[in-house]
Amino acid sequence: MNKIKQTFAEGKAFVPFITAGDPSLEITEQLVLQMAEAGADLIELGIPFSDPVAEGTVIQAADARALAAGTTTDKIFATIQRVRRVSQVPLALMTYMNPIFTYGIEKFMVNSREAGIDAVIVPDVPFEEKEELLPFCTKYGIELISMITPTSKQRIKIIAAEAQGFVYCVSSLGVTGVRQEIGNNVREMIRLVKEVKDIPCAVGFGINTPEQAAEMAEFADGVIVGSAVVRIVEQYGADCLPHVVEYVRKMKEAVRR
Amino acid sequence: MSKGRFGIYGGQYIPETLMNAVTELEEAYHRFKDDREFKAELSELQQNYGGRPSLLYYAEKMTKDLDGAKIYLKREDLNHTGSHKINNVLGQVLLAKRMGKTRVIAETGAGQHGVATATAAALMGMECEIYMGKEDTDRQALNVYRMELLGAKVHTVTSGTQTLKDAVNETMREWTRRVRDTHYVLGSIMGPHPFPTMVRDFQSIIGREAKQQILEQEGRLPDALVACVGGGSNAMGLFYEFIEDQSVRLIGCEAGGQGIDTDKNAATMATGTVGIFHGMKSYFCQDRYGQIAPVYSISAGLDYPGIGPEHANLNDLGRAEYVAVTDDEAVEAFEYLSRLEGIIPAIESAHAVAYVKKLAPSMAKEQIIIVNLSGRGDKDVAAIARYRGVEIYE
Repeated sequence: MNKIKQTFAEGKAFVPFITAGDPSLEITEQLVLQMAEAGADLIELGIPFSDPVAEGTVIQAADARALAAGTTTDKIFATIQRVRRVSQVPLALMTYMNPIFTYGIEKFMVNSREAGIDAVIVPDVPFEEKEELLPFCTKYGIELISMITPTSKQRIKIIAAEAQGFVYCVSSLGVTGVRQEIGNNVREMIRLVKEVKDIPCAVGFGINTPEQAAEMAEFADGVIVGSAVVRIVEQYGADCLPHVVEYVRKMKEAVRR
Repeated sequence: MSKGRFGIYGGQYIPETLMNAVTELEEAYHRFKDDREFKAELSELQQNYGGRPSLLYYAEKMTKDLDGAKIYLKREDLNHTGSHKINNVLGQVLLAKRMGKTRVIAETGAGQHGVATATAAALMGMECEIYMGKEDTDRQALNVYRMELLGAKVHTVTSGTQTLKDAVNETMREWTRRVRDTHYVLGSIMGPHPFPTMVRDFQSIIGREAKQQILEQEGRLPDALVACVGGGSNAMGLFYEFIEDQSVRLIGCEAGGQGIDTDKNAATMATGTVGIFHGMKSYFCQDRYGQIAPVYSISAGLDYPGIGPEHANLNDLGRAEYVAVTDDEAVEAFEYLSRLEGIIPAIESAHAVAYVKKLAPSMAKEQIIIVNLSGRGDKDVAAIARYRGVEIYE
């Protein structure tokens, strides 16, 4: 059984996201290790991009900080290799198609495998374009995560049928960012996925509080939280570690309940 | 490979949230583009509101001065709202209305596309919001006020480099927030399929008219077509009808800024590499990690790090040529055409005029060049004055 499947088999998963290199790769390395320690079941690491069109202002700013600090794809792979010496926490890379394409799709997947990456999430590669990545993902044992959204409708079953790892269920319209209310059609989206495939479904976009996380975990297999974590990193900078750890612990508890 | 390809270029690299919207748009476009009633309504708008056909003007003084090929100007600057942008906008807003959308959004660089969109939205009773980089709202302040006069809400974009690229990012983000009642009126032959094809079709009226007009006036095809290229819609609008006519050279003029050997330019073909961004595979100015480069041009409309996928393909096929024109050359051509022909071109179009100044003298007197004068220069007067060290206030 691969690591992602195993993770979801062990119970409801809490999946935090951070932008690699924000505020520095040294802190990123510590964040990954300590978030895993605090209960994160899978960690989503963002490779910063100059123009992250699917992100709200919080992650846009994190990407800008990481790039200004000199973060590159190669340095991120080196950081992940260091993490892998001490931790086997499942890791997914989240980035846009251009950083992968320009780096070289095959080289990117080779280096991902060598670094110990389990999955990639590429928000600007929809179902129709996935053939450009999939052969290389398959060749090097990296799972390509599919996303479904409230506008996917008839596409949900088509996407789910070919999904691997887990399905990333986008809770609401728009870009990433904390929201007061999460759309209530996620439950229906997940039901449609499960009709065609027995695959874990994790909900992301807009989730911030333990209450929201607990509510999502009632029907989802996992809860993904990005902007709320990144906001703590933004607020405390290099001193963010204890604050992030405390937040992850609280969220994990809410999801597990 | 997915839909909407020009060779290896194009495609639909967009978030899942937008996929049903672009599919619906594609279906609606295919349904209406050959629909007799839709075509008649668009044609009526193009003529009686947009002012088509635009003139093909023989620039006799410029021809004599350069002492080479005969120069014709395709006067898109005379269209309503002052540029070629209205051709595409009337088509898209009419289509959006047929699709039952009640609201349109658009990015703008120089403000020409924003003004055109706000105009069509006013005419057809649609809600309208425009996204424009802060650097551009500063250098094109008059156009901001113009859009507001037309009833549009203008959002100043302060993310990234605060220019056209960031305005596109922000408009895409807004479209994912409110995709159900909103149509994104993309302003160039770029973005995900079907935009590059649809916008080219709406703009190709430029070339169809030009071909007919030059055959009437000269009885023969031109030897070269010259147009400025940012995303590339006015160039493709002129070129498309002539692609099969192998004797006609197609020349796109990119923004060379302070020079293609400096990092202050927006010459995608000269300095870019193949990448995937803003929904399409094409050429982009970027670093080796795929981070999009900050680009620069005196012209807000050409200040974009990519180019439409159909141009990328024409470039690779060797069917079209792309040259870089610097700020200095463009400003000089802006002044040259104003003094010589009494026509003030948009600073974007002045890039094409500047290249013709080099090209025409190298050609024989019986040869013909058609230049796309894609927009008028009123909006640029204050910026050019500043470039020349004269502070004037609008």
